[in-house]
Amino acid sequence: MIIRIAKKSDIPSSEITPEDVYINRRKFLGASAGIGAAAFLGCGAAAADSEAAETDSQDLEPTSWDDITTYNNFYEFGTDKADPARNAHTLVTRPWTIKVDGLCAKPGDYQLEDFVKPSVMEDRVYRFRCVEAWSMVVPWRGFPLADAIARAEPDPSARYVAFETLWDPAQMPERRWKPRIGWPYREGLRLDEATHPLALMVTGLYGKTLPNQNGAPLRLIVPWKYGFKSIKSIVRMTFTEDEPPTTWATQTPGEYGFYSNVNPNVDHPRWSQATERVVDSSRLFKRRIETLFLNGYADEVGHLYEGMDLRKYF
Amino acid sequence: MAVQRPRASWIANPRRQILLLKIAVWIVGLGPVVWLAAGAFQGTLGANPVEKIIHIEGRWTLVFLLATLAVTPVRRLTGWNRIIQLRRLLGLFAFFHACVHFLSYAGLDYFFALSLILDDVLERRYITVGFAALILLIPLAVTSTKGWIRRLGKRWQRLHRLAYVAAGLGVLHYYWKVKADTFWPLVAAVTLAGLFAIRLAYRGKKKRTTKKGR
Repeated sequence: MIIRIAKKSDIPSSEITPEDVYINRRKFLGASAGIGAAAFLGCGAAAADSEAAETDSQDLEPTSWDDITTYNNFYEFGTDKADPARNAHTLVTRPWTIKVDGLCAKPGDYQLEDFVKPSVMEDRVYRFRCVEAWSMVVPWRGFPLADAIARAEPDPSARYVAFETLWDPAQMPERRWKPRIGWPYREGLRLDEATHPLALMVTGLYGKTLPNQNGAPLRLIVPWKYGFKSIKSIVRMTFTEDEPPTTWATQTPGEYGFYSNVNPNVDHPRWSQATERVVDSSRLFKRRIETLFLNGYADEVGHLYEGMDLRKYF
Repeated sequence: MAVQRPRASWIANPRRQILLLKIAVWIVGLGPVVWLAAGAFQGTLGANPVEKIIHIEGRWTLVFLLATLAVTPVRRLTGWNRIIQLRRLLGLFAFFHACVHFLSYAGLDYFFALSLILDDVLERRYITVGFAALILLIPLAVTSTKGWIRRLGKRWQRLHRLAYVAAGLGVLHYYWKVKADTFWPLVAAVTLAGLFAIRLAYRGKKKRTTKKGR
């Protein structure tokens, strides 16, 4: 039995995505990945590849705006999934500065507008898989991270890129008791992962400005990795030679690794990663679905991990 | 001359007090399930209704388990012996919520996919201990009737000390489940430890007084 109740506040899908784009969304997803690939790898064949991958995977029905914006992990604003939506209004997103530093030719403090403006915005519908075994399908708006990296002109010695979330106790007031994860929140990627055309710098959701609880004004989306890799409210981007420390891998090294690729064959020590629950407030009776290797993006990004033992580098 | 009875006397009747408390336990005991069912059908349980049901029912299981275990300490500390009459009801509500908690996990989340559930029970330590706690509660619920209390005699009390073990496993289950925010699991653990400490303190006292008596 399926109980599906449409709420008045639901945004009709006609309002958010042009219907023809929505109906052809598989093609659309494939094509936008292809554009990125063509632009940064100079290989047009990627479009065909990613489209083939999409046809095999399950239907990408976007999760509702309400669900995406009320079910968040953003511990700076509280540890309950509903906390960020309630508390993140205190986050001031303008003016916003992003510090670019480390091994690159163009370090500096960039205003958000200057950081974003040179890029062409794209809409991309991605699967989003949390390490806690739930998932969403999210229509993001943003630009390839590769763009931002190219503009910073990393040195040849740079092998990693690290990110930091804003940490300002005045905007992120202490609530009850904060878990002892180190602030500011840190994440990082290998440079070849970061420059992959699927990795996205996100400023919007459903064609609108990104809400604070979703990581405004600028966040990362790495769709083939667990959600915590997709760092929110970014204030710093640093190029390094060595693997940078990342928050969860530092907090609990046995449970969270630097790579954290979505992988149904490598379980979290405490729970299975074989299946996931697709978040949907309107349906109580809904089966879990099987988790896909690299979250369904294996054809696009699988080559990044060739020859690596993904049990060791989890 | 008619005696004007003070209004307070109605509530002063100990039997009525227990009756009122029992009604309150029933309301609090059934309340969460009614609230969750209504929320599920109205779609107001948030983005992940299944998870919400499982979490809330898990928490109520622990609340009722701890309340059950608090009866004797409260009795000792206040000297209000009649409160013991609430214990069975509290314990059965703990078992009831444990069942709803487990069935929501097995049914709503896993559609009774036995292989997946068995995998969880055997391999995920937090589920192993949670499941063990549920299993331990079954004999306690079954032997909660007057007939069984009579039949088991002194052994009944010994058997029902398993409630402490079940509560301990339940708290561990909760602690192992959370990712970083261990606040509430620790609150539960401290409460349980406190209740157990009071129990031990009175036990020690009893032993000492019996020795003196000899």
